[in-house]
Amino acid sequence: MSEIIKKNLSEIIDLIKKKEIKSEELANLYIDKVNKSKKLNSYITTCFEHTIQQSKEFDKKPNLNSLLPGVPLAVKDLFCTNGFKTTAGSKMLENFIPQYESTVTENLWKEGAILLGKLNCDEYAMGSSNETSYFGNVINPIAKDTVPGGSSGGSASALAADLTPATIGTDTGGSIRQPASFTGTVGLKPTYGLCSRWGIVAFASSLDQAGPMTKSVKDCSIMLEAMAGFDNKDSTSIEKKKENYSKNLKTNIKGLKIGIPKEYRVENMPKEIDELWNKGKSILKDLGADIIDISLPHTKYALPTYYIVAPAEASSNLARYDGVKYGYRSSKGNDLIEMYENTRSEGFGDEVKRRILIGTYVLSSGYYDAYYLKAQKVRQLIKKDFDENFGKVDAILTPSTPSSAFKIGEKTNDPISMYLNDIFTVPVNLAGLPAISVPAGLDKKGYPLGLQLIGKTLDEQNILNVAYAFEKNCNFKNELKNWWL
Amino acid sequence: MSKDKFDYFIKGEKNKYEVIIGLEVHAQVSSNSKLFSGSATKFGAEPNSQVSLIDSAFPGMLPVINKECINQAIRTGLGLNAKINNNSVFDRKNYFYADLPQGYQISQYKNPIVGEGKVLLDMPYGSKEIGIERLHLEQDAGKSIHDMDPSSTYVDLNRSGIALMEIVSKPDLRSPEEVNAYIKKLRTIMRYLGTCDGNMQEGSLRADVNVSVRQVGDKNFGTRCEIKNVNSIKFMQLAIEYEANRQVELLDEGKKIEQETRLFDTKKNETRSMRSKEDAHDYRYFPDPDLLPLKIEQKLIDDLKKTLPELPDNKKERFMNDYGLNSYEANVLVSEKEISNYYEEVAKLSDKKLAATWMMGDLFAMLNDKGLNISKSPISAKNFAELIQSIKSGEISGRIAKEVFELMVESGDNPKKIIESKGMKQQSDPKELEKIINEILTKNKDKVDQYKSGKEKLFGFFVGQVMKQSSGKANPQLTNEILKKLLKG
Repeated sequence: MSEIIKKNLSEIIDLIKKKEIKSEELANLYIDKVNKSKKLNSYITTCFEHTIQQSKEFDKKPNLNSLLPGVPLAVKDLFCTNGFKTTAGSKMLENFIPQYESTVTENLWKEGAILLGKLNCDEYAMGSSNETSYFGNVINPIAKDTVPGGSSGGSASALAADLTPATIGTDTGGSIRQPASFTGTVGLKPTYGLCSRWGIVAFASSLDQAGPMTKSVKDCSIMLEAMAGFDNKDSTSIEKKKENYSKNLKTNIKGLKIGIPKEYRVENMPKEIDELWNKGKSILKDLGADIIDISLPHTKYALPTYYIVAPAEASSNLARYDGVKYGYRSSKGNDLIEMYENTRSEGFGDEVKRRILIGTYVLSSGYYDAYYLKAQKVRQLIKKDFDENFGKVDAILTPSTPSSAFKIGEKTNDPISMYLNDIFTVPVNLAGLPAISVPAGLDKKGYPLGLQLIGKTLDEQNILNVAYAFEKNCNFKNELKNWWL
Repeated sequence: MSKDKFDYFIKGEKNKYEVIIGLEVHAQVSSNSKLFSGSATKFGAEPNSQVSLIDSAFPGMLPVINKECINQAIRTGLGLNAKINNNSVFDRKNYFYADLPQGYQISQYKNPIVGEGKVLLDMPYGSKEIGIERLHLEQDAGKSIHDMDPSSTYVDLNRSGIALMEIVSKPDLRSPEEVNAYIKKLRTIMRYLGTCDGNMQEGSLRADVNVSVRQVGDKNFGTRCEIKNVNSIKFMQLAIEYEANRQVELLDEGKKIEQETRLFDTKKNETRSMRSKEDAHDYRYFPDPDLLPLKIEQKLIDDLKKTLPELPDNKKERFMNDYGLNSYEANVLVSEKEISNYYEEVAKLSDKKLAATWMMGDLFAMLNDKGLNISKSPISAKNFAELIQSIKSGEISGRIAKEVFELMVESGDNPKKIIESKGMKQQSDPKELEKIINEILTKNKDKVDQYKSGKEKLFGFFVGQVMKQSSGKANPQLTNEILKKLLKG
């Protein structure tokens, strides 16, 4: 197996720029490994003919000034890709081929990247283990009985297994950062509104945000630079100038104030996580950062708030999958109502149905004030907690997850314990802030663990810098044994 | 109904009832593209030819507000003397239907773009103010077509996503007549503003009608029923009458009115139950997270205010002051912008009062007859003014004028030209008239003697002869004078 595909995205870009490898050769290396790695089930769709054709075209007339010159990339199957199946991990969209391209993927192709395939994910991005996908669960390359996290589990698994040099996911409550943590990779959820949501199958509109998943912080900055940008097709897109995150990346974080929120030390948290957190603190301290204890008092309400807001929006967003216009339609039923009932009963999986039910319930008249409205108020308090502390600190350091990758099937019958996996990640989505998960160490089993850096609104550069400095001094190494080959 | 006193009451077996009506009018915003997408909004296009990915709710599609629709709603709000809200919110109204691709309608629930306002009605018994509760923007749904195939329903999404203004009145209306006047007034205001074409045949204006009854003198409202989606004024009036009588009958029998949604059957002219309050949809309204709250700068409101055209109420007052019209005439002449423009053009060039009389008489009758809009009138305003002036100056008589008018309709020609070429000018030269009259009197000596001996009825005979002799062109007034003088002698 070639050593090239083990490299980071930035190194691969250098090889292409120095003409040491052609786009087509590179594509073939990935295609070869993807073909041999079906056990991981990280891809739902491949489009290798397209990849080869595009890479040949690139090689004929290479534009080496683009950010991702001739780089083959697989993306989460939640991004609509023109002419290529986009399933959202659901039977409902099993054969759905969009005739349009999401803004974020379009941005990647404009920067020279080439589509390699569509990556598995939890159905409609609802899940924390990639076990809700209609196309089967994804396996974490770190060990054959572990989940890769979710919902961007296919993305994390493919990335860690070198089946794509970098990828993109979406993060509604931790769906980029948690799988990044579980697979020893880097994942960033940008400020809400930095990346366009246009053309991404919606889960919870006020929380969904696309972001990069990479093997290094530098790669992450390159990918974010390529993805981000104002889009007038998304009313929640933020109008601002493009930034050169990769060029401005620096390791000097002297004098930066890093907050440590006491509320993130949760009950029954494994000692290893605590130790990892301390390790993170001391590395940053050694780099000259000031470590400051802070309080985010409403943190404990974040998870319940999230599990009201997200299902509420999802219940409405998923109403369009009714069998009338596109997607799955049940052949059973004698009238419109029966057609709806059968289509949605057969087309959606259990977790999606559970959330549609919860969401419908919390929006119902008589319950709206007690649940949805209250949750929106609490959401404001959670945001206020962050706002107040960002007067005192420049970034916040927390663990990414309360545990390392768990076993396949371990939590599938216990939705609450599954939901608890998002405990450190959801507050960030509720507040619309940027956060990055960086690999920080291994637990006793040798499974990776990540730390999360939370930044101010649109302060991606700052958390990238802190993560970059941390990465350089952490000496984390993902020990993958390629057991599935 | 008596002309000068309101008297729309319904007498039941036992009691006399007053009818309380409130309207939710759905007015299609005049705009080139839909509320949240760039699709065209033309009426009558090929089915599903004006549908974007957004209108058909494809995965990942997002709404982006069309600023022109916002401006149109603000203009309409200003025309209704209403408060424009600087902050409003778009909500999702969730329900499943085949012609609702998103599974929700984007509407405004708690925070509409326009707040309270008012509309003035001119009723025979005086002017009446109808309160406006609110105006909000929302998307229209598509159209389900059930009668094209025995076993399938077809869906046309051309209408899906078109901007509607829902204008909610206070329960201030008291009769079908008032409803008629209210809808017409709303339509006039919106047509003046150019914010809705008000075309009811094309569905640009439809209404949900809320009806309740209460005993005369009662201060509390009765239980109301809502009659959904009525698309003509006539049907609204019929529906109200039927519904009010139905409720009165129930109350007089000591029964209760159930709050419910009803449908108006246009074939049987009756309303029937569609769903009761218990079966009412739970629309699960919540703010649409795909759209930010709508902030409207005061400057935009002020700027739009400056560019508003003169509205019917103001124009009516001006017409009464400047042109000496009475309230009724002014009302009719401002009822449509095009009519008022035509009138003003005519009035500037001719006698104002005579112009009004002729417009409301012969011109309107002709247009009505031909089913024409005034903008398509075969008689131009300029030619019409010349006709009025020819009458006023005595150049032609009123009777001849009617003939000239007919010829103008046929040919579209200038009246001067017609009068000239057909020799229709009135004979107003006393000497010429005297000559004609003398001839007639000489020819009819026996009749002259009879007249002189007291048979004064014969005067009309002489006039008729003069008219005959002059081919109707003799100035009637002058003819009378000369005849009287000569018959005396």
